[in-house]
Amino acid sequence: MTRFATLWHKELLRFFKVSVQTVAAPVLTALLYLVIFGHALEGRLQVYEGVRYTSFLVPGLVMMSVLQNAFANSSSSLIQSKITGNIVFVLLAPISYVEFFAGYVLAAAVRGVVVGAGVLLVTVWFVELRLQAPVWVLAFALLGAALLGTLGLIAGILSDKIDQLAAFQNFVIMPLTFLSGVFYSIRSLPPFWQRLSHANPFFYMVDGFRYGFFGVSDFPPAASLAIVAAFLLVVSFVNLALLNSGYKLRS
Amino acid sequence: MRALAGVNLAVREGEFFGLLGPNGAGKTTLINVIAGLARPDAGRASVMGADVAREYRRARRLLGVVPQELVFDPFFTVRETLRLQAGYYGLRRNDAWIDEVMHHLDLTAKADANMRSLSGGMKRRVLVAQALVHKPPVIVLDEPTAGVDVELRRGLWQFVRRLNRDGHSIVLTTHYLEEAEAHCQRIAMLKDGRIVALDTTRNLLGSFSGLELRVHLDRDSLPAGLPGRVLEADGGQFRLWLANHLELEAALARLREARATIREMEVHPPDLEEVFLRLTGRAS
Repeated sequence: MTRFATLWHKELLRFFKVSVQTVAAPVLTALLYLVIFGHALEGRLQVYEGVRYTSFLVPGLVMMSVLQNAFANSSSSLIQSKITGNIVFVLLAPISYVEFFAGYVLAAAVRGVVVGAGVLLVTVWFVELRLQAPVWVLAFALLGAALLGTLGLIAGILSDKIDQLAAFQNFVIMPLTFLSGVFYSIRSLPPFWQRLSHANPFFYMVDGFRYGFFGVSDFPPAASLAIVAAFLLVVSFVNLALLNSGYKLRS
Repeated sequence: MRALAGVNLAVREGEFFGLLGPNGAGKTTLINVIAGLARPDAGRASVMGADVAREYRRARRLLGVVPQELVFDPFFTVRETLRLQAGYYGLRRNDAWIDEVMHHLDLTAKADANMRSLSGGMKRRVLVAQALVHKPPVIVLDEPTAGVDVELRRGLWQFVRRLNRDGHSIVLTTHYLEEAEAHCQRIAMLKDGRIVALDTTRNLLGSFSGLELRVHLDRDSLPAGLPGRVLEADGGQFRLWLANHLELEAALARLREARATIREMEVHPPDLEEVFLRLTGRAS
C-alpha cells in the first residue's frame, strides 16, 4: 500500500507544484472557449428546450477539460521520466505493474477532476446551471478521467519522443474530443455523421456527463455509462498487459 | 545482438567485488539484469537467494543500485527525493535514516534544495543516498566516479568502504583500473559479454609477474643483446618488459657495457591495466 500511495503522491505533487501550468492554464482556456463560442452562438443555437446555449456548453467544456488533462498528466509525466531517465527510480523499486498502473492513472484522474471542478467553479458565475443528477456527473467524470489517464499512460509507454506523444494528442485525442458533441448536440448532425459519432467513445462520456446537469441526453445515460466502463476495462487490460511485459520500460 | 553470453558469477556476501571491462563489454547489461531493468532471454540471476524475476520484490529490497547516468527528478528537493524513494520500497517514517545518510554524504546543507540547483557531484551523492534509503545489504555502483571531481571521489570511496566494513556487499563496475585495484577483493573481467578472468585482485596481479623498464637514452636504438621484450621505442625513449629483477640487472649491465648514457629511468611493477590489456587482447 505504501508503495502505491507513494507513487500516487509523487504524481500528485508533480502537477500541484506547477499548478499554474497544470490547473490554472486549462481553466483559462475553457473560459476562453465559453466566452468566444458563447458570444458567437448564444441565441442562434437552441440545443435542448429551455436550455440556453452557454448553459449547454459549460458541461461539455468541463468534461473536455477533465479528459484532456487526465490524458496530459499520465502521458507527459511518463514520457518526461523516460526521456530524463528518472523512471529508473520506480523501476528499481519493488513496485508491481498493478501498483505502477494505479499510481499513474489515479493521479491523472485527480488532475482531470480538479481541472474540471475548476472550470465549473469559474464558469458557474456566468451561466445558469442546474445539477439534476449529481451522481451521473460524478460517475462520468471519474470514469472518463480514469479512461483518459489510462490512454495517456499507454501513449507514454509507446512514445519514445515528445513529438510522438504530441502526434497522439493532436491526431487522436483532440479530434475525438472536439467531435464528441462538446459544442453541439449530435442530433443536429446529418445521419451519417450521427452514426459516426456513436463510434466515438468520447461522445458517451460528454453526453452522459451532460445528462447529470439537464436530465436530457442524446443517448440513454445508463447505456453510455456501461459503454464507457467497458471501454475503460478493455483499455486498462491492454495497459496492464503492456506494463507486465515491460514493453519499452524494461529492455 | 547478444550482450551477455555464458556469464556465470557468484559474488560472496560481504565482498567488495569489481566488474571490469571496456565499454560495451556487458557490465551495465549484467547489472540491469540483476536489478530487473533488463530481462534476459535465457538464464537467471538472484540476489541473496531471491530470484530477480520470480521473487522480484524480495530481490529488489535486498539491492541498492547507483545508476551510471546522472538522473534526477527536477520537481523535487533532495529530502523529497529520498522520502519518495523510501516510500517506493514500502518504508514510511524513515527520516532518521535519511538524515543519517545525508549526513554521511555531506548533503545535509542541501536537504531542501531543488535537485535542479545541485552540481553534478552533489547529484551523484543523491543517487548514492537513493540507493541506500532502504538499507540494502547488496549495493551496486555502476561507474560511480565517472565525471566526478577528486575530492568527492575520495569522500565517496571512504563512505563505500565503511559500508563494506559494516557488512554490505559491494559490486563496482568501473573502467578506472586503479580504483578496482585499490578497493576490490575480487575482480571479474568482461569482454564481449564473456568473463575472461575471475580471481582475487592479488592473484590477477601475481599471475602477471614481471616489470616494465622505461629508459631515456642518449641514442635512438637499443644496443643488441638486451633481455626482455621491447614494448615501445620512440626516439630515445624505450619501454621494455622484463620477467623479473634478474633480467633488470642484466639489462642495466648490458646498457653500461654498450656505453649508453641513461638520462632518465623508471621501473614499474605490473598493474591491473597490464593484466586487463593482455586479457582483452590489446597488449602492445
